[in-house]
Amino acid sequence: MKKKMTTVTFKGTPEQEAQLIQVIGEYKNTKGALMPVLQKAQAIYGYLPLEVQKIVAEGMDVSLAEIYGVITFYSQFLLNPKGDVAIDVCMGTACYVRGAGDILDKISGSLGVKSGETSDDGRYSLEGVRCIGACGLAPVITINGSVYGRLKLGEVDKILDKYKEKNI
Amino acid sequence: MEKINVKINGRDYGAAKNSTILEACREASVEVPTLCYMKGVNEPGSCRICLVEVKGARSLVAACVAPANEGMEIFTNTKAVQKARKINLELILSDHKKDCLSCIRNQNCELQKMCKDFSVDDENYFKGDRNEYKTEGSTEYLVRDNNKCILCRRCVAACEKLQDISVIGANDRGFSTHIGCAFEMDLSDVACVGCGQCIVACPTGALSEKDDTRQIWEAIEDPSKHVVVCAAPSIRATLGECFGMEPGSFVEGKMVAALKRLGFDGVYDMNMTADLTIMEEANELIDRIKNNGRLPLITSCSPGWIQYCEYYYPEFTENLSTCKSPQQMFGAVYKSYYAKKKNLDPKDVFVVSVIPCTAKKFEIARDGQSANGVRDVDAAVTTRELGRMITKAGINFNNLPDEKFDSPIETGSGAGMIFGATGGVMEAALRTAAETIMGEPLEKLDFEEVRGIEGVKKAAYKLGDLEVKVAVASGTANAKKILEAVKSGELDVQFVEIMGCPGGCINGGGQPVQPMSVRNFTDLKTARSKALYDADAKLKVRKSHENPVIKELYDNYLGEPGGEKAHHLLHTHYTKRNKYKK
Ligand code: SF4
Ligand code: SF4
Ligand code: SF4
Ligand code: FES
Ligand code: FES
Repeated sequence: MKKKMTTVTFKGTPEQEAQLIQVIGEYKNTKGALMPVLQKAQAIYGYLPLEVQKIVAEGMDVSLAEIYGVITFYSQFLLNPKGDVAIDVCMGTACYVRGAGDILDKISGSLGVKSGETSDDGRYSLEGVRCIGACGLAPVITINGSVYGRLKLGEVDKILDKYKEKNI
Repeated sequence: MEKINVKINGRDYGAAKNSTILEACREASVEVPTLCYMKGVNEPGSCRICLVEVKGARSLVAACVAPANEGMEIFTNTKAVQKARKINLELILSDHKKDCLSCIRNQNCELQKMCKDFSVDDENYFKGDRNEYKTEGSTEYLVRDNNKCILCRRCVAACEKLQDISVIGANDRGFSTHIGCAFEMDLSDVACVGCGQCIVACPTGALSEKDDTRQIWEAIEDPSKHVVVCAAPSIRATLGECFGMEPGSFVEGKMVAALKRLGFDGVYDMNMTADLTIMEEANELIDRIKNNGRLPLITSCSPGWIQYCEYYYPEFTENLSTCKSPQQMFGAVYKSYYAKKKNLDPKDVFVVSVIPCTAKKFEIARDGQSANGVRDVDAAVTTRELGRMITKAGINFNNLPDEKFDSPIETGSGAGMIFGATGGVMEAALRTAAETIMGEPLEKLDFEEVRGIEGVKKAAYKLGDLEVKVAVASGTANAKKILEAVKSGELDVQFVEIMGCPGGCINGGGQPVQPMSVRNFTDLKTARSKALYDADAKLKVRKSHENPVIKELYDNYLGEPGGEKAHHLLHTHYTKRNKYKK
């Protein structure tokens, strides 16, 4: 699946940058160290935006084009931060045949956030994910880890409402 | 050379030890098709078009990367091989926008040829989902149409390995895989230097130069415009390839004849303004050495190199010669001195340059390249574009007579001629600088040490009582090596020539595209540069300062090299750039 660019403002701190630079220092002279460095960078920032990729590019003496290629090849890497409200819609086979696609569209429409993206204010993120192992409950979504199963289209907005109010 | 014995399609052959199966077959005159393979640059063994059968091997073998061993029995044309090739081609075609009729690479496309050769023609195979990409043309010089990309990654390898720049790569995965810049930025938003080495590496119509021929046809049609053309040194060594001639064919006379038949009001020789560049640059070199100026002085005629310096080594921009390139000098003097002589308003003069280089397309739009209130040069077209214009005009190139450039810019020296090859600018400058310093003629004009196509060359010369240490690099990867050595103090030189493309202009990104089946096995750079050095050796005038056109220009208009008028018309400035634009 094609990854989307983030429109969320970068909020990295000097502490995070110092941590990343230390990681780069440890790996700089190791061959093939790009993967572990990117993994650690993601652990530090939660995702890998342009600002972080540039630091890695300069530090590891690897081009930005190559880094971006690696990041978009492996699904473990995120170009978008998870939202405060992180919604995963299961797109596994069982959920898919029971209308997961419609549910994804519905949530996307209600929140104005496209699949794979995060709202500009960083509040909501929406993602279609692989089978989460709850096929008996298909179709399934999770919001910040809470599972909502046997979901009907009509119930979607009510569930989302709960997260509108809460101070999450 | 140590030899091994192999059997190919049942016949015995000898092959060089350590050769690949592909090379062994080639030696035996057996063709094996390739797509992704670019010798020494891109050897991923991934397209699987070059599959052959090897006796005893469990599956088909990729000939481009598999070594040939003693006693090996190779089959290149079995049913299994044919079938595998065909399937691989069909897979490629299933996600390919097949509009050969209007494609820029029609009849010069490696994919098209292969499909014809292997009878892959059943439309029904190609139904199904296809990616739809927008063409990207954000720069002045390049167009990418990923709908025709076969993901061989030769462009990526050219940018990364040949040039050490790496602003493009493969993004995403699976069916969505495509070539692009980081974060899907436009090419104009990354630190691409415009060298065009990716274009000449591409087997298909996915990459091409931005075509500027239309405005030239329009200008020629416009009676209020005085349209002149000026051909760079290297074009005469490559244009013949557009018409099926062997690499290295010297076609100066036919090129001039063709340009005249296209309807230009004047057909001039850029070798002359290459001489002009030398006059100014040799003067600048002597001046910087004598007056403790910034050294090493680095040549500035390659706009791809200039951009590279500005993006990647901004600390060296003060080392760059302030001389404009020969293309720009032509426009600047034509629209001033020569226009005045002809009673022309510079605004009515349309200057076209034919150049080997895609980067020249943005050079014409740079700041500081408009000496007469209008752009020095109005349109810059590559060898390939000129080739297409000649074809479109119905000119039978191969049957043309040899003709001569128009007066007054008809004579270039041999020094100007060799500008087109790596080391040529250095040699041309040394010829003039040496005689200027010593005040007497050189015994030997050939500076052998700076000739040849190696990426990095070094030499030291005694010019009178002055010792000048020099270095020459071609291709930005080699430029990087020299700059790093200068930075660390390891290399102490006064004068450096750098060309953005490997081998110099003769191998520029605007030159005729040779398929990899030729490029992998022919030394294009040597063949093409030989044409220029041979021509230089035959010329009477081989030094820039002895060119009568140059003498006349300084005597009657410019005054002294480096003088006020020369400074205004022939020199420019540079910008330090950030390689991350966003
Ligand atoms: S790239 Fe080749 S095969 Fe594709 S449309 Fe162009 S000429 Fe035809
Ligand atoms: S023009 Fe040169 S620098 Fe730009 S992408 Fe192509 S090879 Fe790389
Ligand atoms: S653009 Fe051309 S060279 Fe680059 S991957 Fe595609 S087909 Fe190959
Ligand atoms: S398919 Fe959705 S939980 Fe398995
Ligand atoms: S795998 Fe041999 S040419 Fe591509």
